[in-house]
Amino acid sequence: MSTSLIDLEHISKSFDGEIVLDDLNLSIKENSFVTLLGPSGCGKTTTLRIIGGFVQADSGRVIFDGKDISNIPPNKRNLNTVFQKYALFPHMSIAENIAFGLKIKNKPKAYIDDKIKYALKLVNLKGFENRNINLLSGGQQQRIAIARAIVNEPKVLLLDEPLGALDLKLRQDMQYELIRLKNELGITFIYVTHDQEEALTMSDTIVVMNQGYIQQMGSPEQIYNEPENAFVADFIGESNIIAATMVQDRLVEIFGAKFACVDEGFGNNKPVDVVIRPEDIDLVEPDKGTLVGRVTHLIFKGVHYEMEVTTPNGYEWLVHSTDMFHVGKEVGISVDPFDIQIMNKPESEDEEAVGVNE
Amino acid sequence: MIFSKIRKVLGDIYLVFVLIFLYAPIATLVILSFNTSKSRNRWGGFTFDWYGELFKSSTIMSAFRNTLIIAFLSALIATIIGTIAAIGINNMRKLPKTAVMAVNNIPMLNADIVTGISLMLGFIAFGISLGFKTILISHITFNIPYVLLSVMPKLKQTERVTYEAALDLGATPLVAFFKVVFPDIFPGIISGFLLAFTMSLDDFIITYFTKGAGINTISTLVYSEVRRGIKPSLYALSTIIFGTVLILLIVSNIAQNKIKKNK
Repeated sequence: MSTSLIDLEHISKSFDGEIVLDDLNLSIKENSFVTLLGPSGCGKTTTLRIIGGFVQADSGRVIFDGKDISNIPPNKRNLNTVFQKYALFPHMSIAENIAFGLKIKNKPKAYIDDKIKYALKLVNLKGFENRNINLLSGGQQQRIAIARAIVNEPKVLLLDEPLGALDLKLRQDMQYELIRLKNELGITFIYVTHDQEEALTMSDTIVVMNQGYIQQMGSPEQIYNEPENAFVADFIGESNIIAATMVQDRLVEIFGAKFACVDEGFGNNKPVDVVIRPEDIDLVEPDKGTLVGRVTHLIFKGVHYEMEVTTPNGYEWLVHSTDMFHVGKEVGISVDPFDIQIMNKPESEDEEAVGVNE
Repeated sequence: MIFSKIRKVLGDIYLVFVLIFLYAPIATLVILSFNTSKSRNRWGGFTFDWYGELFKSSTIMSAFRNTLIIAFLSALIATIIGTIAAIGINNMRKLPKTAVMAVNNIPMLNADIVTGISLMLGFIAFGISLGFKTILISHITFNIPYVLLSVMPKLKQTERVTYEAALDLGATPLVAFFKVVFPDIFPGIISGFLLAFTMSLDDFIITYFTKGAGINTISTLVYSEVRRGIKPSLYALSTIIFGTVLILLIVSNIAQNKIKKNK
């Protein structure tokens, strides 16, 4: 906890009686790339705006660098934001846009000019100083918005779905660009997105949010491989989520068949949810599988085949495999023990949403 | 081929007729203002005499001054108040915003005579003697809605996020407003000012009821002169007013076109 740069403590916020954030606690380490990930309306943007100072929390504190900044206006906070819609100043040139923050701080002209050159070079737009903002493409505008923010040397850069308005190819390029920027600048990035692929590609830490609660916080690998509840498993990638029974430690019963797994401590004969990623299912000869089913659907996806295997109880397993099995063929389903992720069943809807504090 | 040509010629003729009907009366006025003869149906030769007389007449000149001062001051004050009000209203929630804008539209739709009489009664009821200041207050009152109406759409176009971006970069709310929001809504403020200016210039009824004795604007002066028999110097005056409004209109159109081109 000693290295945390930003701490959100017991943050609650509601708009017009509708609760957006409920007792949110989040601690962000210095120099990390943290992504707030969730569907629209999950409170991720509100969280970012509370950090930026554009929204006041109803209760709770925002600690930045050891100081309580809850009541400090955005213009006095040592962090800068890159907005979803770029928010460039249309009546100013590119150089004037970038210089805006520095001029406010009364920096000398030579310093400002140097900074503009440096920032434009950093975002790969060398020599764009005097161009018209309105003639730039979306990707270029977003780079200018980033340049405008980073010349102020903030400790933290807040990014509110900055790639949301760009097309797919440009979005992917910008992802690598952002990772490079983060490494070159050595500052903390807090990134908001609803795109799970973006989150997995760029982040050190992903915070999955839903309905104003943190669902899970962890590294991309943890989030993907060890989702803590059905929401996270479902939101991050495709998965088979199945109601099952934990027979004993390291043994789970799925549709009457016993699978070996690696999880312990759930208790005996306890109902649980099981997550199995489609690429972790091995299709084998019927007599070698733990369960037997029939291929009911087959699509070629390029990298792999997507298949649906229906077991006698009617459940359709989603399977990704580079091996192809024709529709109608009987196959065995086998899963390696470490590919089975066991989750506690939510006891109430509220608990489904409650975050797990780390 | 021939039909389309005929159609085009007919269209042109129609347009010419429309323009004649619209502008013939004004053209008559302008021509008569240069007529040596006092008669309205005989051309006695070209002269600038009526313009000379106009500028020598102290009653006309003082009315002219009053009109300009009131138009300028009322437009300026209404523009300031209206712009500030527009910013406030724009940040309201939807329901109160709609309500306030509806209330804003009432004075514009209201008959001038009702506005004029009620303002007069109001001033008298509160013991304010009628004079220059009551005309000014009245003009500010009826000008504010026009300013609001021309600033509001510009404010709606301005994205709140650019204002937030300025705050984010360290600007205080006031600096952020003047550096980022103001340039964006400036065309709306200018057209609001010009609209208010012409509205004030144009007004007769409200001025008539709120002016009291001993002070005149051009419109009230013309009205009282007409009753005594019209003098050709008033044609000259009307020509000048028409010319002024025309020039203002052209200037504001050119300015708006320029702004559009820059975008």
